[in-house]
Amino acid sequence: MALKHYEVVFIVTPVLSDSETTEAIAKFENHLKEASADVYSSEDMGLRKLAYPIDKKSTGHYHLFEFKADPSIIARFELELKRDENILRFLTVSLDKHGVAFNERRRNGEWSKKSETEEKSA
Amino acid sequence: MSLQNEPINRKQERTKKYCRFTKYGVKYIDFKDSEFLLKFLNEQGKILPRRLTGNSQKFQKKIATSVKRARQLALLPYVADGLK
Repeated sequence: MALKHYEVVFIVTPVLSDSETTEAIAKFENHLKEASADVYSSEDMGLRKLAYPIDKKSTGHYHLFEFKADPSIIARFELELKRDENILRFLTVSLDKHGVAFNERRRNGEWSKKSETEEKSA
Repeated sequence: MSLQNEPINRKQERTKKYCRFTKYGVKYIDFKDSEFLLKFLNEQGKILPRRLTGNSQKFQKKIATSVKRARQLALLPYVADGLK
């Protein structure tokens, strides 16, 4: 079956320590790699304030994966996320060609405010 | 100042509404960019209708989908009071 582009965002619970968080994230990256998915981007979106409390937590550690995989592995991967009690929420989205192009440009920091301010100060 | 009312030319004052995505060639709307999506919400966090935003049908639909995804991930609230 043809491979598809996906992106998955999940929220790791804030009660974990830094090393535990990276461990949890690495676990899911390994899951994907074992299922022969091509994880071409792994981005830490940082600890953020949630717009509404989830499981009585007001913050969460956001993480983003972008990968290319066979559609049949998604259900199994989502089940793993669901079973892990350290994951507050997750969302998997399949990307169309515009989404893939957009994410690539975003990753290269074409319009990020941070790089603009850095350039100005430099 | 005369007592007579001056003619009001309303048609000229009104600028034509346009879809900003079609105009600037934006093809994809990122659900992770909550700051951008905030432009299409009112103070209660409701999605603004097409007649106010001027978006084309195609992009209004995409905005709605992105806002709903952002809500699921707690980037945007479902209900709010004084969001802006």
